[in-house]
Amino acid sequence: MAHLEITQLSKRYGAFVALDGIELAVERGEFLVLLGPSGCGKTTLLRAIAGLERQDAGRIVHAGRDISQLSPALRDYGIVFQSYALFPNLSVADNVAYGLNSRRADRRLIHHRVEEMLELVGLPGSQQKYPAQLSGGQQQRVALARALATSPDLLLLDEPLSALDAIERVRLRSEIRSLQNRLGVTTIMVTHDQEEALAMADRIVVMRGGRIQQIGGPQEIYRAPGNDFVADFIGRGNLLDATGAGPQHVRIGDLLLRCAGPAGEGHRQRFYVRPEDIRLHDTLDQGENSFYAHVVKCEFLGAYSLVTLQAPTGDARPLVAQFSANYLGGREIRPGATLRVGIPAEHLRPLPEAA
Amino acid sequence: MKVAGLSTLPPGRRATVSERLGGPLLLLAAVALTIFLLLPLGALLLGAVRDDAGAFSLARFAEFAATPGMATAVWNTLWVAVVVTAITVPLAFVYAYAIERACLPLRGLWRIIGLSALLGPSLVGAIAFIQWFGTQGVLKAWLGETSVYGPVGIVMATVYASFPHALMILVVALATADGRLYEAADALSASRWRKFVTVTLPGARYGLISAALVVFAYSVSEFGIPKVIGGNFPVLAVEIYVQVVGQHNFGRGAVVALLLLLPVLLAFAIDWWVQRRQQAGLSARAVPYRPRPDWRRDLPLLFYCLLLATAMLGILGMAAYTSLVRFWPYNLELSLDHYIYGLAEAGVLDAWLNSLRIAGLTALFGTPSVFFTAWLLEKCQGGPTGLRPLVRALAALPMGVPGLVLGIGYILFFNAPDNPLNGLYQTLAIMVVANIVHYYTACHLTALTALKGIDREFEAVSASLKVSPFVTLWRVTLPVCLPAVLEIARYLFINAMTTVSALVFLYSPATLPASVAILNLDEAGELGPAAAMATLIVLTSAAISLLYSLVTHLLFRRHQAWRQGQR
Repeated sequence: MAHLEITQLSKRYGAFVALDGIELAVERGEFLVLLGPSGCGKTTLLRAIAGLERQDAGRIVHAGRDISQLSPALRDYGIVFQSYALFPNLSVADNVAYGLNSRRADRRLIHHRVEEMLELVGLPGSQQKYPAQLSGGQQQRVALARALATSPDLLLLDEPLSALDAIERVRLRSEIRSLQNRLGVTTIMVTHDQEEALAMADRIVVMRGGRIQQIGGPQEIYRAPGNDFVADFIGRGNLLDATGAGPQHVRIGDLLLRCAGPAGEGHRQRFYVRPEDIRLHDTLDQGENSFYAHVVKCEFLGAYSLVTLQAPTGDARPLVAQFSANYLGGREIRPGATLRVGIPAEHLRPLPEAA
Repeated sequence: MKVAGLSTLPPGRRATVSERLGGPLLLLAAVALTIFLLLPLGALLLGAVRDDAGAFSLARFAEFAATPGMATAVWNTLWVAVVVTAITVPLAFVYAYAIERACLPLRGLWRIIGLSALLGPSLVGAIAFIQWFGTQGVLKAWLGETSVYGPVGIVMATVYASFPHALMILVVALATADGRLYEAADALSASRWRKFVTVTLPGARYGLISAALVVFAYSVSEFGIPKVIGGNFPVLAVEIYVQVVGQHNFGRGAVVALLLLLPVLLAFAIDWWVQRRQQAGLSARAVPYRPRPDWRRDLPLLFYCLLLATAMLGILGMAAYTSLVRFWPYNLELSLDHYIYGLAEAGVLDAWLNSLRIAGLTALFGTPSVFFTAWLLEKCQGGPTGLRPLVRALAALPMGVPGLVLGIGYILFFNAPDNPLNGLYQTLAIMVVANIVHYYTACHLTALTALKGIDREFEAVSASLKVSPFVTLWRVTLPVCLPAVLEIARYLFINAMTTVSALVFLYSPATLPASVAILNLDEAGELGPAAAMATLIVLTSAAISLLYSLVTHLLFRRHQAWRQGQR
């Protein structure tokens, strides 16, 4: 049995379905990320695990104990919120020790534990400061120390990085991940930032409309999205309407391309290709799956360029390609030019319809 | 690590003891509010629709309608309230505009003077206007042939007394403006007048509506002013007093009270409805508006403030002066005779001590009850469904109930021989409770605003750390909300010190409060001692306000390290 097991969890707010039959198993020591657009139910799911929202139906079993009906105080977790939720009138030390005091532990032990926790999150010596005297990133580190001070069995992170500026966000996310590795505490984090999810997670749970769309490792989610929603939400994707034309071939508009998956003869299906998987060929190269395309627009974005292409895909939607500066090697792409581009067969993937 | 003791929990337990306390405690608050607010109002309603034999009948209404002069009283009450509103709101709006939107020197001083009428009972204005414009008044000639005893005096004194209530609302409405709107208007080279009409007025319109309704309700329910300066001019509030105290006709009093309750309740219902639509008036991105000096605007406004402040100080000063003059207007020698006579013979000292006791107890018991109930409502879970909306409604109701109406309800309910709480009648305790209930709404809103202002995840965090919500209330929520708590205590104290209306039916000779004593002294023609008593109340309120400012100042200094960015 998994460390945390959720079965058929459902929750409605009036007519709005926040959670719809969620099934999820979290392994011990795992870093799980709940990812999705706002309103997808990811925060509700986290709050249900914390006992802050009560589900209408379903079961949550944590470490072999059914906690579905227990109040938050009777569950075993630490939680960190986007707003930090630090107690403004208490010093950093008192904040970190907040959960330790009630157990009437020895003062020296508490003192020692606070010191240890602050060192762990990289804020040694800031015991006497007040939250208002710290930066956002430092405050979130204190919140993390406070949540971990009681050695909870489960760590819940509710968009912990969303309130921070870009640089601090990247720095803290790797710190949280390495801290989690070191402590081995089972962690569930909610975020709407796909980059954050890909960078931090052992496994990602993509959600939409109260349902789980796909569960998998970052590579898997990115490389093999389970449906068009996931393909579109994680990274960019070009969706293509195709008709099967032989066991390994599809017809997309005027193009006959070899593809990765099996395609039924005459069967209509959606395929997708990632912008960075589109290749740039020499103008006269007649290689497999290559074709001519007109450059509509070229956006220079520093490390890479996004090129909007008009290709004979029989679709009004243009094809978006992403070429790294490295790959282009100084070659300039101007609007109006004609390029020879190709889609490698292994990157042209079939896509199930969204649930 | 497992939480110690978790395995020993009985299998059926789903929440800690302190988590389960929230519901029952809130239920207790609901019961208390029901007993001390809803049931007295219910008794009032019953009293109005039952005849002397106790059977249901509308006879009292018919009888009331047939009583000569009653229609006049209703009409008088309404038109006086409309006139008062039409004068007070523009006066207060310009004053608030001068404080918030102009660059005047001594802004704080103008503000304090503008609010000074709050320090004393409403009777202070009435007494002062008698001294200025009465039969032997200094400025009697200003009114020509018109007598101040009647609608003129009532309007003047009510405008004075309701001015700070309108000012408070309008200052808040004008304080929060989005500077970007003015910059946009400047960029489009809009004229001064155009900016005022298209940006300032719309921004303050909810404040204006609210101020108008509050002043209207104030005027309708005001009782002390028409009693003292109204002469024979009949209004509803005095009519209740006459029926209940003069003729002991509680049934008729209940009917009049219902008539009084109606417009006031209506005014506050409209206000509540309007305020609900106000949400999101100012987005988080708004840039506060900072006025720049401009003498063409500032100078007239400064002159205006000077004029009004002089008038208000003149009114307050006249009451104090009257208390010190030996025998108005024949012997203007200053002395403390009225105080000495009052203290020694007219029971001024006892009344003042009673008032101090009532005000102190009101603040002492009211503040924690109000704050704790608001906390249970806002930060705790549990209790039967429907309990929270009920408590919210009960907390909002007192705003729409005039003190006189509450007072009659208390007589009818607690004086009933078969009421087990009958023993409370005419005690100090019932007066304290009446005050707490009467001023509940404003305090509740203050507490609620403070509680909503702090992070809503504090309770979730403490639950995850296995800390009782009561410990977090004590260690975090209360210290963070301390300024609001002090504000509630000050508000309760000063209002309990100055109120007349709710207490006029509830006191016994032993518990006579100072504000009611003024009324009795005035009735006995003892204007000097009455003024002395009023001055004493003003001084007490001023001292408490000063103490409040001092304590909050010290508090913010001590908490400077963590209160950064607050206030």
